[in-house]
Amino acid sequence: MNKEKESIKRKYRILQPPCGLHCIKMNDIGVRVGKEIIIEHVNLHIHCGKLTVLIGRNGAGKSTLIKAVLGEVPHSGTIEFRDMRDRSMQDLKVGYVPQTLNIEKNTPTSVYDMFASYISNIPVCFWKSRKLAERIKDSLSLFEAQELLDKQVCDLSGGELQRVLLSIACDPVPNLLLLDEPVSGIDQNGMELFYRNINMLKKNYDLAMILVSHDLDYVSRYADNVILIDRTVLAQGSPEQVFASKEFKQIFG
Amino acid sequence: MNTIYHIMELLLPFDYIRYDFMKNAFLAVLIIAPLFGLLGTIIVNNRMAFFSDALGHSALTGMAAGILLGVADTGISMLIFGILFALLLNKIKHSGIVTSDTVISVFSSFSTAIGLVILSRGGNFSKYSALLVGDILSITPPELFRLLFIFIITLVFWGVAFNKLHAISLSVSLAKSKRMPVALIDNLFVVLVAVVVMLSIKWVGILIINALLILPAASARNLSANIREYHLFSILFSIFSGILGLVLSYYLDMAAGPMIVVIAALLFFTTLAVRPFVKQ
Repeated sequence: MNKEKESIKRKYRILQPPCGLHCIKMNDIGVRVGKEIIIEHVNLHIHCGKLTVLIGRNGAGKSTLIKAVLGEVPHSGTIEFRDMRDRSMQDLKVGYVPQTLNIEKNTPTSVYDMFASYISNIPVCFWKSRKLAERIKDSLSLFEAQELLDKQVCDLSGGELQRVLLSIACDPVPNLLLLDEPVSGIDQNGMELFYRNINMLKKNYDLAMILVSHDLDYVSRYADNVILIDRTVLAQGSPEQVFASKEFKQIFG
Repeated sequence: MNTIYHIMELLLPFDYIRYDFMKNAFLAVLIIAPLFGLLGTIIVNNRMAFFSDALGHSALTGMAAGILLGVADTGISMLIFGILFALLLNKIKHSGIVTSDTVISVFSSFSTAIGLVILSRGGNFSKYSALLVGDILSITPPELFRLLFIFIITLVFWGVAFNKLHAISLSVSLAKSKRMPVALIDNLFVVLVAVVVMLSIKWVGILIINALLILPAASARNLSANIREYHLFSILFSIFSGILGLVLSYYLDMAAGPMIVVIAALLFFTTLAVRPFVKQ
């Protein structure tokens, strides 16, 4: 298994451990819908090779911040992506793993169809390219999902879908990976695997990650940096620091 | 055209094929059926059945507007109105102010009513009632070529943009993260649907055009496990019901369009019944 992974990584030259020299800076991000302010004055500084976890109560604006970074909702403020070696500004490639897909039962879409639609222009409605299928299988195998290639997307379990979505987001490898932690349809083992995969990404790829999480137990075990949000950033730092803060106690009791 | 007619007479075993209007209708079905089968796949995936229905109804307004403005060819006013209507509906849908089926319903009934009010002025509506059920037997060769042209455009669009269209229909956020031009693709698609609907509505009819768009794809969904099967079945079901409906309508002396829909609907129920055996 490990040998196979190594050969894949070599083949696509995607194994590039984090250099710690890329940073993403969000300056004064704000989002309002009509007159209502959803988030305001959010300043974040994120480095590659680190897992940053967003926590907060429901409706605190965690998902809105993610959507703002994705460009799905208009926002004020700026997002910069810099290479610290030469201080040059670069184009930020963002990968996204949604919480779930709103996909109807009985939808005739296989994992190959979905994956290929996002990464290639070879029309999936006319033929299945063997070469592309190989590449997709390789990408899936990094997250132990290669056997799902011909399964229907609507028949996948929560954990299986999550792994497929992870591999889509990481092909090609982005600079910033945004993840919405799955909340339903996923069991304890699935959750463990999800966090193991995130750890694997952190160690082996040159990317930064922001995770929206609801499970404080996993946060304390895996996060490098925790950000507590309620409309704006209330506290940030290591899990211990944030969990000890008075803002944290106010919100989570 | 004469060579095509000749070949058809040689190939097709029906005696009615000696009439030119029957040959034209046959050719029209051979273009419209796969075209609708193709478009239907994404319309059903995107849950746009209501949208395409409203689009069909807006043909009445387009025609009325053409008559009011004194346009010689109401086909052109229908086409322009259809495109504008589709883009407007799309914009309102994405603004997310009201749920989309409510918006569509409001616009659909409003434009139908405006069309009917204007067209019925002076008690003349019967003149336009052919638009409601359509008359595929009256299609002429130049109109056939127009349909063929839009069919080729659709195929090219599918070849170039299908993956993006499909990606967007699965998840807009994911498509945005892969930097796809979501709004552009979405608008191009609704414009294409509008053009196809307006070019074929005279032959198919307002009341049944939506059934022809939706039914083949809906039946195909019951049997397919991936996108290629979905397209194949949808197009096959569409052609099958088109041709069988046309032939039956001739022998039974009934309207062709509704007959095609009846067959397509029966096919849908059949696929629904056999689904548990095909898909475990």
